Amino acid sequence: MSRETSLVTADWVAENLNNPKVVIVEVDEDTTLYAQGHIENAITFHWREDLQDGLIRDLISKEKFEALLSKSGISNDSTVVLYGGNNNWFATYAFWYFKVYGHADVRLLDGGRKRWELDARPFVTEVPTRTATRYVAKERDNSIRAYRDEVIAAIGSKNIVDVRSPAEFSGELAAPAHLPQEGGQIKGHIPTAKNIPWSKAANEDGTFKSDAELKEIYQGAGVDLAKDTIAYCRIGERSAFSWFVLHELLGVNNVKNYDGSWTEYGSLVGVPVAVGA
Amino acid sequence: MRTCGATPGGPSLDGIDVTKQTVIQGVILKEGENDSVPNGAPVTNGHVRLLDASGEFTAEVPTNLEGQFRFFAAPGSWTLVVQAPGARVEKKIVAAQGEPTDLVIQI
Repeated sequence: MSRETSLVTADWVAENLNNPKVVIVEVDEDTTLYAQGHIENAITFHWREDLQDGLIRDLISKEKFEALLSKSGISNDSTVVLYGGNNNWFATYAFWYFKVYGHADVRLLDGGRKRWELDARPFVTEVPTRTATRYVAKERDNSIRAYRDEVIAAIGSKNIVDVRSPAEFSGELAAPAHLPQEGGQIKGHIPTAKNIPWSKAANEDGTFKSDAELKEIYQGAGVDLAKDTIAYCRIGERSAFSWFVLHELLGVNNVKNYDGSWTEYGSLVGVPVAVGA
Repeated sequence: MRTCGATPGGPSLDGIDVTKQTVIQGVILKEGENDSVPNGAPVTNGHVRLLDASGEFTAEVPTNLEGQFRFFAAPGSWTLVVQAPGARVEKKIVAAQGEPTDLVIQI
């Protein structure tokens, strides 16, 4: 786990578009983007239809993950490169997902779709055809996934990092500001959580800041990285971004993503909630 | 290219209860006008970023095929940062609930 093994540049991707070992996968929040244009030879996963169980609220099962990767032509020894819109939010969620199921070599395109677009690099609309494989996933790695009871127990003892915007943390907004403000759950944050917005870790073009800068963002906010850390947001995708920063770029092992996040916590009966900055 | 006489601005508000939302929206156009109406080509590969009063990132959207964008914010002061290949423009605004802010930003 390091910048060298987890992150690739746009130049690297441009040089590996036709590398048979590399499978480029776009994962967007706005799922219409791929059809409008994507990196040559990239396939796409739909974050809801492909990556959510659909019946219960959970990740898809190991068997379904194996079926998805098999039909997508991804092998156990493939180098999977993920990228997406909205500063890679859903691409980092997919990255975390690949790690939950134990994929060996998965990387993120630094800056995602935005950096690619700002560089005026080409997009195509052709959808590649890939030969199916027989992918075998590992059992879920729960050392990188937090569940609600663990989060409640962590209040006041472990690091809890709320990576949403300050307006969501304080309770002013119920959702990111590009979505209608109609969240059913109450507003606020988990008590003792520190608000370190995911965006602190990114440059304006969507690429990651340097390791030294990243370390200072967390330590400067009073997060003792020697202690266990749980990151959360609203539905677990922005916190996957911050999980990526801590776990993959900075190599901090004891970090979990709470993918239930505020849509789960803010709906629980009787749990403590804090509001204000 | 927009036709002469069309009113530029953000996406249609049909189906959105604007009385309950603080809408900030608009269109990003390349420079150009006709009879004082901005009508430059829409910027379809732009990104619009919404910063709060302290300059902190709150949200970001790519422009659509019409060059348009929209946010659902809270009443108060905000800054929009428009990024496109070779361009960056900042615009400060004050948003209110029930009165959509509809902008034409030329880059």
